[in-house]
Amino acid sequence: MRASSAGGALPKCLTGISGLDDVTLGGLPAGRPTLLCGAAGCGKTLFAMTFLVNGATLYGETGVFMSFEERSHDLIENVASLGYDVEALVSDGRLAIDHVRVESAEIEESGEYDLEALFVRLGYAIDRIGAKRVVLDTIEALFSGFTDQAVLRAELRRLFGWLKDKGVTAIITGERGDGQLTRYGIEEYVSDCVILLDNRVLDQVTTRRLRIVKYRGSAHGTNEYPFLIDDQGISVMPITSAGLEHRTSSAVVPTGVAGLDAMFGIGGFYRGSSVLLSGLAGTGKSTFSASFADAVCKRGEKCLYFAFEESPDQIIRNMRSAGIDLQQHRDSGLLHFEAARPSLYGLEMHLARMNRDIEDYGPDAVVVDPISAFRGVQSEIHATLLRLADICKARGITGIFTSLSLAADHVTESDRGVSSLMDSWISLTDVEASGERNRVLYVLKSRGMKHSNQMREYLLTDHGIELIEPYVGVQGVLTGAARLAQEAAERDAALERAQARERRRRDLLRKRVAIERQIAEMQALLQAEEEEAALVRAHEAEHEGVLTEDRAAMAIKRGAPA
Amino acid sequence: MTETRIAEDPAIPGHYNLRLYVAGQTPKSLTAIANLKAICEDHLAGRYTIEVIDLIQNPQLAEGDQILAVPTLVRRLPPPIKRVIGNLSNTHRVLVGLDIRPLDDVPS
Repeated sequence: MRASSAGGALPKCLTGISGLDDVTLGGLPAGRPTLLCGAAGCGKTLFAMTFLVNGATLYGETGVFMSFEERSHDLIENVASLGYDVEALVSDGRLAIDHVRVESAEIEESGEYDLEALFVRLGYAIDRIGAKRVVLDTIEALFSGFTDQAVLRAELRRLFGWLKDKGVTAIITGERGDGQLTRYGIEEYVSDCVILLDNRVLDQVTTRRLRIVKYRGSAHGTNEYPFLIDDQGISVMPITSAGLEHRTSSAVVPTGVAGLDAMFGIGGFYRGSSVLLSGLAGTGKSTFSASFADAVCKRGEKCLYFAFEESPDQIIRNMRSAGIDLQQHRDSGLLHFEAARPSLYGLEMHLARMNRDIEDYGPDAVVVDPISAFRGVQSEIHATLLRLADICKARGITGIFTSLSLAADHVTESDRGVSSLMDSWISLTDVEASGERNRVLYVLKSRGMKHSNQMREYLLTDHGIELIEPYVGVQGVLTGAARLAQEAAERDAALERAQARERRRRDLLRKRVAIERQIAEMQALLQAEEEEAALVRAHEAEHEGVLTEDRAAMAIKRGAPA
Repeated sequence: MTETRIAEDPAIPGHYNLRLYVAGQTPKSLTAIANLKAICEDHLAGRYTIEVIDLIQNPQLAEGDQILAVPTLVRRLPPPIKRVIGNLSNTHRVLVGLDIRPLDDVPS
């Protein structure tokens, strides 16, 4: 018997049901009977059959399925929908199915009897294929077949003891009764491990849940865990156990929009962070998501896109108009879409599916578009998103969550509810001014980094999202026509300033020319004066000479001795 | 397997083909066999066959006739198949179960 001893010395038997083995810390108690109870339609039979099929295919342990309700071929057909080929397992001798028909109307009782023949049948089936696992589904059907309850109870007690002696790991299913786990109280006899399945309907949506009521001699998860039955079998989601111990990364993941990267101090989001993109209708939440997904895939990383409002083909077509080609990534296998209507399942079921998809696909980034599509009790949505964010963080997956804001105050109830879970929050909104609507975004918060506080207008163009240089006016950021008007006004002002400068330059030149001319005139005047003065001086000197000569000549003439 | 053959031709109308399943030679089994023989002799003299099958020796036969309890008496002929469980100590219930009208039922 394959057994692990995690959580104590008690040997355990793996069920192969993902999640259940985690919750039970290693599987069901080996060599002991386990009671699996729940109301009709909970999946008891599928659970039990999965236990046997996994035993046969994964762990090499043969099993016996003793059915008290469904006939063998009905059973085989029913589990075929989960992808189990029970018929092949039966013909290989790895599985035996024995249908026990219990019909009280056909049977007359006369005197004492016991159920030794049941033991003989079961013992024969177990010995024939060397079974290690046994399922009795649903043994309580015996109560409708026999009137002597005292004998029946004594025989059941003996049966469970006998199963233990045989050393087989058994699952005994039981229908949920009023005020007790099973209709006939057989939990009294099977007391080692009791698992309760539940199928609850809330707001017309059902969610399957599993709880381990008791597990003698072993620790176990005590919460209610959602579980999933679909074409890939059964999976239990031990997600309520998600903690806050995830490792954090300082690596940067670009947003896919060049201008937006610049608004974050580190040039993008932190890897493994959760990002909320909230916005009004038509603000391009999906386009931002697609840009991000496109950037992720272009780096050769895997992206998982959960679409809750549009079909994958519709998203691809719409994004092509924005110049984002998602089809190529889908073809190369880097981008994977999971589309489902939110109303298809309950929140827990969605979470369970998303968890499984994330586990199976192993993406580097996840887009959930939008989280506001989930309808339900606020606290449950909060809890679901919290766990989804934790799942992503635990795996270092960057998560983009879009949320449709309903009111124009762009912070709605649901945003507030989830915002505390998010590391970065980009708010997309629109501004109405000058008779037009323009799209504006701002980073509301971004943990662990500096980020721009500016409101930025952006355009959804045919080659992606473009952020435009901000124009901030008196009434806030200017957008659209107002921004264009502002641009024009600034151009005019600049022109005017240039003209004024030119005028001043010409004035100065003119003044300079005038003054230089004046200087030249005055210098000419001065030169003329100097020339005049020199002439006068020369004239005076000549005149002096003449006087001297005249005086000498005069003296001679008067007869003065020379 | 113990067979007690009394009638010559089992195919004649009104012939009872009975099979008694037991598990080992327990007191319960022995009581049932004795009770069955007595009832048949009293009410079906000359027109019955009894086949006793011990499931301990032939466990594979339990599935075919859908046997759960022992002892189980199965009326294989005439159709339809009828079953009586228990050690057959209550003769009246056995006769009802096998759909045999008791000879002393009609008041004289």
